Amino acid sequence: MDLAFSDFVDFSNYDRLVPLVQNSLYAGALLGLLGGLVGVFVIARDLPFAVHGVSEMSFAGAAAALLLGGSVVAGSFAGSVVAAALIAALGARARERNSVIGVLMPFGLGLGILFLALHEGRSANKFGLLTGQIVAVDSARLNLMIVTTLAVVAVLAVIWRPLMFASVDPEVAAARGVPVGLLHWVFMILLGCTVAVAVQAVGALLVLALLCTPTAAAIRLTTSPVLLPLLSALFALTAMLGGTFLALGTAIPISPYVTTLSFLIYLVARVVGRPDRRREVAPSGGGAVGIGAA
Amino acid sequence: MTTAGPSRPVLSLRQATLRLGGRELWSGLDLDVEPGTFVTVLGPNGSGKSSLLKVVLGLRELTAGSASVAGRAVRRGDRRVGYVPQHSGFDADTPVRGRDLVQLGVDGHRWGLPSWGRSSVVQDRLRQVGADHLADVRLGRMSGGEQQRVRIAQALATDPDVLLCDEPLLSLDPRHQARVVDLLDRRRRDHGTAVVFVTHEINPVLGATDLVLYLMDGRFVLGTPDEVLRSEVLSSLYGTRVEVVRRRDRVAVLADEAVGF
Repeated sequence: MDLAFSDFVDFSNYDRLVPLVQNSLYAGALLGLLGGLVGVFVIARDLPFAVHGVSEMSFAGAAAALLLGGSVVAGSFAGSVVAAALIAALGARARERNSVIGVLMPFGLGLGILFLALHEGRSANKFGLLTGQIVAVDSARLNLMIVTTLAVVAVLAVIWRPLMFASVDPEVAAARGVPVGLLHWVFMILLGCTVAVAVQAVGALLVLALLCTPTAAAIRLTTSPVLLPLLSALFALTAMLGGTFLALGTAIPISPYVTTLSFLIYLVARVVGRPDRRREVAPSGGGAVGIGAA
Repeated sequence: MTTAGPSRPVLSLRQATLRLGGRELWSGLDLDVEPGTFVTVLGPNGSGKSSLLKVVLGLRELTAGSASVAGRAVRRGDRRVGYVPQHSGFDADTPVRGRDLVQLGVDGHRWGLPSWGRSSVVQDRLRQVGADHLADVRLGRMSGGEQQRVRIAQALATDPDVLLCDEPLLSLDPRHQARVVDLLDRRRRDHGTAVVFVTHEINPVLGATDLVLYLMDGRFVLGTPDEVLRSEVLSSLYGTRVEVVRRRDRVAVLADEAVGF
């Protein structure tokens, strides 16, 4: 694959190239959609650090599978779902779980590197798990991505409203009868599945470019709870597909394109974004604003 | 609030006892809250003030006795109970505006996707607390007092019979404290909503308070402020000499040793 790409450093053969990477484009679209939607709750529940932890455990799982001759995809799923469950068991509050994630993360990464070092396979695999390999999406893998995406999006669609309630306002949500504890577990498992799929494409180190950055950008642009997930998915989709198309023209792997696009979208959103009429009001001066009403 | 003729209590505790981690917080508590009554719950940390609210919310079970709202046993998610939790700020990036928080109070417990339309209930509740202008402002960009008003609007979303407030004045300056208390006082007078108000500090709510429930080390006193806020009553509750000084609309509890109010 690497060799083939260095032959096509210009964009003149696009019409011949695109069919070759059709699977990758579908995978990119699915991942963009998934990342953008799940990212809304990654931000609302203050989970970016947890995402990073889960993705490195996912990498360790995939590396272990590679070493043992099992399925890399299965290993990656096992690693991230176990990590997500561990983090879920630590509780919903960021302060309680962050130090434990910080402890788990380097251990997972270390294990993964150990497994890869012991494995005598192709080096492309080693690199791919950390930094992405979307050009190598075969039909089986694509099918798994489709199933995972459909499943995660379907569950999210059912639990969206109470999950948002439980995420931003857990005490009142519990009082109003929302199963806050159950939703916490359900979301962590959804997150585990999402990360496992994303690791296949952008690699363990760059998952946050799909699960955090697009939503963070969207938050700068809209305050609407309906527009936020749509915009977030659109940004993630743009970064994924744009990254795939750009990667076709060069020998550089896809992930730097995805992360750079994602980051650029965020930068633009930060500069132009004025989601809140109160942006001008400094946080310290907020207390005096608008009290005169009624 | 004393009304002509007997009315059905909206909140009733009968011989209610709560034991947590082997410690008895209170026992044998009988409490009847009539519509429109403002009950202030006082007591030191760990005396079971917040736990009392959790019982009424159906989030904690009584060890013994019974609790009912408008004649029916307490249960989670009861629309007749509104809840203003202890103040905990929101991040600037929390993707929720004033109107969204109130909307969550209306239908946040129902499965499914958020709705597109603008709800008249939401606008009405925001207007009731004088927070129309906060509808499109993110929670993280509001001051503490503004957040509390939106929280009260949220708690009123289901038009409850009882409003439970857990230290809603914490971290507010006196002017904003007065506004929040005034809001609750007006609500219970105009709509007959009973208010159960947990606080460390009686003074901001003294003018509104009909009943004081003072919890302390497994014991309690219940009565009007004039009945409870007296030196001999609190001395016997605390088991040490306590002096209550009342001057106009303020009250101070003085003790020889630190008793922790």
